[in-house]
Amino acid sequence: MSAPTKTHTARSTGNSRITEPAPVRWLLTATALIFLGLFLVLPLAAVFSQAFEKGLEVYLAALREPDTLASVKLTLITAAVAVPLNLVFGVMAAWAIAKFTFPGKNLLITLIDLPFSVSPVISDLIYVLMFGRQGWLGPFLEAHDIKIVFAVPGIILATIFVTFPFIARELIPLMEAQGRDEEEAALVLGANGLQTFFRVTLPNIKWGIIYGVILCNARAMGEFGAVSVVSGHIRGETNTMPLLVEILYNEYQFVSSFAIASLLAMLALITLVAKTILERHLDEGQPLRDD
Amino acid sequence: MKLYERKNNVLPGFGPTMGYTILYLSLIVLIPLSSLVFKTAGLSWHDFLEAVAAPRVLASYKITFGAALAAAAINAVFGVLVAWVLVRYPFPGKRLVDALVDLPFALPTAVAGITLATVYSANGWVGRYLEPHGIKVAFTPLGIIVAMTFIGLPFVVRTVQPVIEELDSEIEEAAACLGANRWQTFRRVLFPLLTPSVLTGFALAFARAVGEYGSIIFIAGNMPMVSEITPLIIITKLEQYDYQGATAVATVMLVASFIMLLIINLLQRCSRRYAE
Repeated sequence: MSAPTKTHTARSTGNSRITEPAPVRWLLTATALIFLGLFLVLPLAAVFSQAFEKGLEVYLAALREPDTLASVKLTLITAAVAVPLNLVFGVMAAWAIAKFTFPGKNLLITLIDLPFSVSPVISDLIYVLMFGRQGWLGPFLEAHDIKIVFAVPGIILATIFVTFPFIARELIPLMEAQGRDEEEAALVLGANGLQTFFRVTLPNIKWGIIYGVILCNARAMGEFGAVSVVSGHIRGETNTMPLLVEILYNEYQFVSSFAIASLLAMLALITLVAKTILERHLDEGQPLRDD
Repeated sequence: MKLYERKNNVLPGFGPTMGYTILYLSLIVLIPLSSLVFKTAGLSWHDFLEAVAAPRVLASYKITFGAALAAAAINAVFGVLVAWVLVRYPFPGKRLVDALVDLPFALPTAVAGITLATVYSANGWVGRYLEPHGIKVAFTPLGIIVAMTFIGLPFVVRTVQPVIEELDSEIEEAAACLGANRWQTFRRVLFPLLTPSVLTGFALAFARAVGEYGSIIFIAGNMPMVSEITPLIIITKLEQYDYQGATAVATVMLVASFIMLLIINLLQRCSRRYAE
């Protein structure tokens, strides 16, 4: 790889002219930490504190409710469909975009990023417009007795929409940075296209794939706005975990609501840990960024 | 496509991967989004105006964009501070704090919403200290700003942090040699270098806050004309089967987010040129 490695000039910490006096440093650090404490740590801690407010028994009972179990199952199913589909797309799109030159490449990248720049509420709306009773395909779907809106397929479609760019946008810059040399060498040595992909490209991008999958999965399991209307809020049937959190909260069942929220918060924490570890791996593979 | 494929590239698979990319992109993103455009085009000008310029909807734009602006400004100030502290000062637990900055990306918005509402309500951990001073956060527009600050927090930090890392200490040494004190160096030398990335982060945080729904509705109180955000209006109209109204308001939001996307792209291009 020909990426330029940066030489870091050592920063002398003793010289007061190129760093701040110690009291200023402490003051700034303390202010930053208080800000993060108020906005990040306290809300996170409150999730668990509220969930365990009435003790472990009540917490576990809340998690064993049939509605809770149904929501966990639906959330897992949604992610299990949405993430692999976006993974296949992400790898395909990255191959076409990163390994070839063609006109309109930047436009294509912008279009792939589109779901990130529109409100999740809009994805909720467009799927209701497409598949709802008054929608484009509404009469056709009704005639064939296919339910998409207010049913599981609608939830999955809206989730695919909001998590659409995650894996592609992670892989495109990674594969662009790696260039075509290794694949060309493999082809010259007699490998066919699929062998080249699975033996050469895939090992090179595996950390990028895992990184993208983890972020995609976190969003897929936690999405709320995009599935709020399209799900139809049918108890035990079309409530994902975030939707059940909302319903229980609005019914003043705070312990149950926060119990499910605590599961999602744990997912978020696991995601953060995995992300941090993977970033270190990715940095090793890419001399461009350094720690 | 053959033209571009074979000329100087021996790699196979351009046709199928490109075809699949465009097919999937069209099915999931382009066709559904175009349904919004067609639905809007089907509205009469009168109906459209009536939906997007109703007093309650106008009030929601003011609340949404105003609160997003305030939250992005808070994030611009504290984001630079957090990024600076994370890059320049050693302190115990730094890696942990660094990882935690991404929490708003990872925490589902509904969870953020209920926990922020709890912490900042009258008897919550923070709210109980603010209430005696007459500061009500939960169920007021202030609550909207708090939620938007939360979800926008990583943007400024993560756009400014790499720029601070790349800063060449020689510039600061030069400024010091020429007699500048630390504050002068920051204000006259470092701050101009950071400005493009701060603006980019500001715009990203603003764009995210404008479209945000899940974390806000729990803490906002959702009083029409006072603390009702535009995404909530779209959801409410959808739930009442007022598809025309929902579409019209959504189109306004969509146009607003495209304008912001354009501005963000320009800012990023500027900051890249600045860096070189």
